[in-house]
Parts: sequence; structure tokens; C-alpha cells
Amino acid sequence: MAAKHVIDPITRIEGHLRIEIEVDETNNVVEEAASSSTAFRGFENIMRGRDPKDVGMFAQRICGVCTFHHYERGVEATEDAFGVTLPPNARMLRNLIWAAQAINDHTTHFYQLHAMDWFDVVSALDADPVAATEIAHQFHRTPYNASESHYTQVAERLLAFVQSGQLGPFAGGYWGHPKYRLSPEENLIIASHYLDNLAVQRMSAKASAIFGGKNPHPQSLIVGGMTSARDALDAHRIAEYQFLIQKSADFVERAYLPDLELIARRYRTEALAGEGGGLRNYMSFGAMSLDERPWAQRAHFLPAGLVLDRDLSTVHDVDPMKIAEEVAHAWYDYEGGETALHPLDGQTNPNYEGLNEDGTLKTEGGYSWIKSPRYDGQPVEVGPLARLIVAYAAGDEKVQTAMDGFTDTIGVPFDFWYSTVGRTVARGLETKIIADYVPELVTNLTQNVANGDDRFFNRYEPKDGPGWAMGEAPRGSLSHWLTVENGSVANYQAVVPSTWNASPKDGREQRGAYEAALVTQPMSDPERPLEVVRTIHSFDPCLACAVHVLNRDGEEIARFEVEV
Amino acid sequence: MTTAHRHAGPDPTHDLEARTQEHYEWLAAEADKNLDRLEAQDPVHDVTLDDVLKRRGLSRRDFLKMSAVMTATLGLPPMFDLRVARAQEVATRLPVIWQELQSCSGNSMALIRNANPGTDELLLDLISLEYAEILMAPSGQAAEDVLADAIERYDGQYIAVFEGSVPVAEDGGYLTIGPTGETGVHKVEHISKHAAAVIAAGTCSAYGGIPAARPNPTTAMGVADFLGQRGIGTPVVNLPACPVSSTNVVGTILEYAMFGRLPSLDAYGRPLWAYQDRIHDKCERRGHFDAGEFVEGWTDIEGLKAGLCLFKVGCKGPMAYNNCGVVRYNEGASWPIMAGHGCIGCSEPGFWDTLTPFEVPLAGRVYATPFGTDADADTIGTVALGAAAAGVAIHAGATAVKAATESRSDAKKEQ
Ligand code: SF4
Repeated sequence: MAAKHVIDPITRIEGHLRIEIEVDETNNVVEEAASSSTAFRGFENIMRGRDPKDVGMFAQRICGVCTFHHYERGVEATEDAFGVTLPPNARMLRNLIWAAQAINDHTTHFYQLHAMDWFDVVSALDADPVAATEIAHQFHRTPYNASESHYTQVAERLLAFVQSGQLGPFAGGYWGHPKYRLSPEENLIIASHYLDNLAVQRMSAKASAIFGGKNPHPQSLIVGGMTSARDALDAHRIAEYQFLIQKSADFVERAYLPDLELIARRYRTEALAGEGGGLRNYMSFGAMSLDERPWAQRAHFLPAGLVLDRDLSTVHDVDPMKIAEEVAHAWYDYEGGETALHPLDGQTNPNYEGLNEDGTLKTEGGYSWIKSPRYDGQPVEVGPLARLIVAYAAGDEKVQTAMDGFTDTIGVPFDFWYSTVGRTVARGLETKIIADYVPELVTNLTQNVANGDDRFFNRYEPKDGPGWAMGEAPRGSLSHWLTVENGSVANYQAVVPSTWNASPKDGREQRGAYEAALVTQPMSDPERPLEVVRTIHSFDPCLACAVHVLNRDGEEIARFEVEV
Repeated sequence: MTTAHRHAGPDPTHDLEARTQEHYEWLAAEADKNLDRLEAQDPVHDVTLDDVLKRRGLSRRDFLKMSAVMTATLGLPPMFDLRVARAQEVATRLPVIWQELQSCSGNSMALIRNANPGTDELLLDLISLEYAEILMAPSGQAAEDVLADAIERYDGQYIAVFEGSVPVAEDGGYLTIGPTGETGVHKVEHISKHAAAVIAAGTCSAYGGIPAARPNPTTAMGVADFLGQRGIGTPVVNLPACPVSSTNVVGTILEYAMFGRLPSLDAYGRPLWAYQDRIHDKCERRGHFDAGEFVEGWTDIEGLKAGLCLFKVGCKGPMAYNNCGVVRYNEGASWPIMAGHGCIGCSEPGFWDTLTPFEVPLAGRVYATPFGTDADADTIGTVALGAAAAGVAIHAGATAVKAATESRSDAKKEQ
């Protein structure tokens, strides 16, 4: 007998997401899961008939969080169609924005959107500030903002929230849930960094705005180059960028990584049991292009590739022509009865089929506003974990050192990574790897300029034809595809990280990454689905969604009553 | 009524300076009355300004300085400095419900990332953010319960902030939220009906924005239009831009705290203090426009390095109303025109259709808005600017600006 549960909305994500799970009532294990994006805007259709030079500006509004990445991909897709490459300075500037944006995304995601799945705010009130200071020192020699007076102040502030009966953003959380594993002192340490990061994350956003004009929704990329040449040639602006990244990196070093080590130690049982591991295929399109060769030959800071069935001995090349999007269980129709189309031939014809009477998904038919992208017919996971696994398998030294170093410290085998915990830690390691690379990025730019190169733009002649761009956003593999006809956009498709991960089942009933990660998840209390929310958040979802828990036999939907 | 009027407003027989002074005194008295009223109410939560300042390592003095900056941003004279400071303290009496609709979360992100002039962060702590999907701990029914509880407890008192447009096609099926699959349409109706005031944050929420761009596949619309159609009379203020400027969100909430009502609005529902000037009026490159010095194209690296006017590479600053050039973004780090990219006019209704292509100047084109030819000063200003733009394109420089100003005032006279 399975009970169906509905969780909607899933908060602390970008966009609207809904998840429905069926839980075996004899052992509380998730048997079935459905992931549904519940919002549609129709970007692909809005893009048609536009000037191809404008698509980046439109595309970036797909997401206010991965804002720069959609912008960059949109501009690059047009650059590909027009056959224009970038001068080195423009590429370096885009990479500087990429790095700042990635550091911002990852730290904001962990502290503001995910940490509350791991630490219990209410428990932190019982902490002894002196003991907390000692514990913080076990995880770093000079821990971030760790002192008796600071922790006392944080505890007082939390207490004021609780005593006022107004928990603000903390109201209604799953506090006291048995799957919170940290001691009161450990909870206080992360709670303190949650508050610290509200201020710290602004710095990396500001760094990206120095060359991007603003954040979110930057405005300095143009087809063929960059407009922020004046900032890039100004030593003060570069120093300001560097200073802000240094401050952010300091927080990563002294707060983020120690917190991840703490979480990895306390939640190692769940990690080693493979909870939330999900799919066995990992894909990356390559993060930060390092040259202007065609995509397939291009070097990336983190390499492109595909690892299948967790077999680290082989990294497969990614063939862009093997990507297809299926609509068997999505609220779309393809003309001519096709079920899978390559994005260059893609169609976006909405066909909403509605919900069941009780508001649950009609999982036999369409049940989501996102399509199911598949690589060569197979579902894959994308994101920081996928990027690191591909890089590790490809022999990337910095990644191997970071991953092995971490598992050695904790004393766990490599399989640790194939889990919700592993995914969360991978994001933090990647943040450090990127932050460590920034000084080199800055030097490359300043040296190139010092050598007399002041080009930030290459000329082009607009052309008709197809164009596409593939690369990595912090949340995973992102590709944009367009066809230009008579000088304007005839077709546009964006295949985004969260469609790979959050996709509904495909025509062969294969689950996407979220659904696969939830199935077999044991739950200590299905009425308070902390484990589900934690796993979904570990992917850093990029859509507005909701999780639902439903009864397979059509029984009543369970409503969550959550006490503070 | 007449007696009240005489006491309430400036005496029309006095000269301009005296009238202005009387007007501000009257306004200050209004603010004091309202602030007293709010102060008498119980705070929604117990975090005090001093707690917040202490945590941020700020002194009272720093706080007053920031209040002075916000006073200036609001276009108020220094006699309001202390009132702005007080408004921030009593903001704990204002519950806020922030609901995302057809959005990209960019406005939420803008709010948590921006700190210029620094007061917004304080305000985030001081106002009571009862519901905000991007930050709240609970999911699912627990989140819905928090919302229902806030609406009931603060019925008629809270400020509703919407981010994103309202999709009305398919019976609202293009957006559902919550375990029962409630539509976005229904959410907006319900939350607005019980609110004291509505803030439409960002262009999508204000005018439909990008989802409403041609061919508007989901029949998306702005919140004010939607509420108008449904006959819901809660006052709405539009804070367009993509994303919204957090300073403008904070300023609007502070003004609401001070005066107990929304600020004066222009024809498109935007607060005058933030949107009365064109980007062009306060642009750092304006001197070059007037001198006829332009970045001639993207290969003109010398022009970009020198910070020349971006009109010829498509700047829509002459057609757009907002305070970006004054407030900037990300703690003043930059703004698009500073980064060498022309303004795209993101705070104008329908700009995705009317101000594109972005890299092409609007010279010679009359700026049509979805609102048609409304005979308000703003529209006349922008239409006149269409003529100015044509002039500039042929290097008329300063003369064109003068002509534009004259034709703008001529047009005004004709009204
Ligand atoms: S046209 Fe644009 S860049 Fe030039 S002065 Fe006006 S607003 Fe500034």
C-alpha cells in the first residue's frame, strides 16, 4: 500500500516546482516520484521574428539567477550563426563575470536556499557559545566570525525572533525533525554563517556588476564582443573586482568549506547509503571557454564530457547532435506526432491538459511545463557534481586533488559523491576551485592589455542559418539553439540545466534526475518531507515548483502540518 | 471642506517660495500624524533598530546619514531626514507578503543583492516579511499555511508585493501554485483583495513585461491592469525596471510608512520621485550628447574608452524614465550606461516590442506605447524626443536638444 503525498510550492528555489511522491506505507520508502514545473511563459515563441542580435537580452530573462549565463549563451548562439569569434579581451571579461557569478550563485544557494535543510535554527538556541567557538576551530584554524561574543549575539537575535512569535523566513520550517543531525553548537555555527552570507554574497554580485553593468540582468555583452572596455582598461576597476572576489573567497575558505566538512561528517551515513544519488550518468558542456576554436575542439577550465553508468575509466565526447527533447509527459505537442526532436528542429506548442479533480498531476499523460531532454536517448544529471565527476574522470588534476583530498579527510570512499550530501559538497569544492583561478584570469587580462591589445569587439556580417552555444551555468549544462532566416529569428530553443534535472518521464518512462534521486529514499516522517526537499534543493533548482505527496490508490492528499 | 483645505495646503495668495515651504510643512505634519499612529500600534515583530544596527556594526550616526541619502532620493528636503529615520523604525508595523508569479526571481535577487544606500538591508530586517518563496523555510502545505495565516492576521494592513506577470489564458493554467493547483490568477485576486496596498515590483508585474511581449503566448498582463479588469480597488504602485531597483522598493515602502499612502504617480503608475526624469536627463554621458560626441559603432573603441554618448549604438535613455543613473546598481558599482551599453528602456511599458532592436537608434521613429497617445506630459515628452532623436542622428547636437525641449513645452501648452 502506497500513500501519495503532494508538496507544493517548493520554496527557496527559482521558479515554480511541484513534486508528488508515493510512499510505501509499510517501510516509508519513496516508490514513485513526479516532478512538475507549474509555470509557462513561452520564451521560445516570444523570440521568433526578433533581431538575432537581441536574443541574449531576451534570453537572460529566462532566469534572474542564472541571468548572466542565459545572456552569454544567447549572444554566443548568434555569434555562432554569424560566424564571429571573440577577441581575447572579450572572452576574458566574460570569464571574469562567469567566475564572479558562479561564486555568487553557489554561496547564495548553499546559505540562503539550502542550508536550512541541514541545520536546525530552533536547536541553535540551546547552544553554548563558548563550545561553538571551540568546535568552529576544529574545522578551521581561523574560522569566520567565530567568537564567544559573536555567537552570543547570533543566538540572542534568533531568540528574539522566536520569542516574538514571528520567525520571519524561519516560520513553519521542519524544526525538530529527526533527520537534523547537528548538535546545537554546530547548528549555531551554520546559522551564524547564514546571516553572514546575506552581506558577503553582495560582494561577488557587485564584482560581476563591475564588468556587467548590473546584477542580476547584466548589460555589457554584445554579439562579437563586450561594451565594458573602459572598465576593463581601468586598473582601479580591476583592483575593485579582485578585492571583492578575495573577500568572497575568504568566506568560502573559512566558513563555506568548514561547514561542508561538518555536514559531510554528520550526514556521512546518508551519503554512504547513496541517498539522493539518482541517475548514474553525468554530463558537462565545459565551463569557461579558454579559446575561440569550434566548441568540440575548445579547451575549457572544467572540461566537457560524459560519464556513463558511473564508469570513471571512460569520458565520452559530447555530440551536440545526440541531444533531443521529448514531450511524452510534458504539456506540449509536436506536429506530425513526433515524440523527440533535436533542439534545432524544436517546437514549443503548449497543450495544457490540466490537473486531476483533487489538484494532483495526471501522470499518465502530460504533467509538466518542461520537456524531457535526453542525450542519445538517456537521462543524465547536470550541475556541479556532474562537472566535477567528468573532470575527475578526465584526469583534471585540480579536481582530483580537491575531491580526493575531501574524501580522505572524512575517511570515505569515492562513492560518497553519489548522494545528496556529495552533490552539496561538490558545489562548495567547485566554488573554491573557481575562486582560486580568478587571480590567473585577472592576470591574463591585464597582461594582454599591457601587451597593447585593446580589442573588445570583432566585426561580423549578419548571416542566415543555424547557430548554437553550449556551456555550463552554475546549475549545469546550458545550450541555446537558433535558426536565422531573412535576418530574423525563425526558431529558438533553450535546453536548460533544470530541464535536464527536473524533467518528467520520457517516452520510454525513464525518469529525470530529480525523480530518480527521490525514488528509494527512506523517509522518517512522510508528513514532514525534509529528505525530499533536501535532495531537490541539492540540485539548486532553477524553476518555480512545488512538491506534492499523493496516494497512488487515489486516497486523500496528506497536508503537512509543520510546527515551529 | 474649504476650511480644511486652507489649513491643509499652501495659501494660494503667497509667492512660490512661501507656498513650497507651506507645502512641505503641511506634508511633514501629515507624516508626523501617521508616524504617531503607527508608533501606537504593536510591532509585528520585536527586532529593534538598535539590534540591527549593532549587528551590522553601524552607529546611530551612520544610520542618520543613510536616512539623509534616502530623503534626498525621495526628493524630499532635509527637514524630512528624521522622519525618514523614524519611518524605518516604525516599519516593523508593516507586514509584507511577497508573491512570485510569472517571474524569473530576478527582482527577489535584486532585493537581496543590492544595498544602496544601505537602508534596504535594514528594511529587510525591520519590515516583517511574512511570506517570500525565495527565502522562507517551509515548503508545500506548510508554506501555504504561513500565507493564509498572514492574510488573515493582517487583513487590510499588509503590503502585497508581486513579482512577475499574471497569465490569464487557459483559465490561469499557465501558472499553478500550491497542493490544490491554485492558479496565479486566483492568488493575485485573493492576496490583493486583503492588502492595504499593492506594489508591482519589476516590469513583468507592472506591465506584463517579457511574457507579454509579442505574441504574448500566455495572455500575460501586469497586476494593475488585471486588478482593474476584476474590479479590485486596492491601490497599486508600479515599480518597473528589469530587475526592479531595490532602492525604489525600499523608498516606496518608506514613503508608505511615512504618509500612510502611496506616493504621487505618473501616468503609468510609477512614483514621480523615482521616475519623473528620463535616464537621458541625469545621464553621466549627457555632456557628450549635447556636444554631439558619440560612440559611432562597436568598433569605435576610442569612443567607448572616452565614455562618449551611446545614442548611435541604440541607447534608449531619451525614451526611458527611471533613476538608474542616480542610484545605480549593486551598491553603486555600475549601471548599464556606465558599462558602455545603451539603456534598453526596461522601465517602459511594452519596451520589448517598441524599443527593439536594442542596438539601433530610434531616430525618426515616434515612440509608440501600448497606451496609445495618452495626453499626459510624459507621453508628450517621449513623442517630442522622437523628433529630438531624429535631429541628433544628423549631428544637430545641442540644437536638437533645445528644439526638443521647446517642442515639449509647446506640446504642453497645446494641452
Ligand atoms: S543618449 Fe543615452 S548615453 Fe547618450 S546622453 Fe542620453 S541617456 Fe546618456
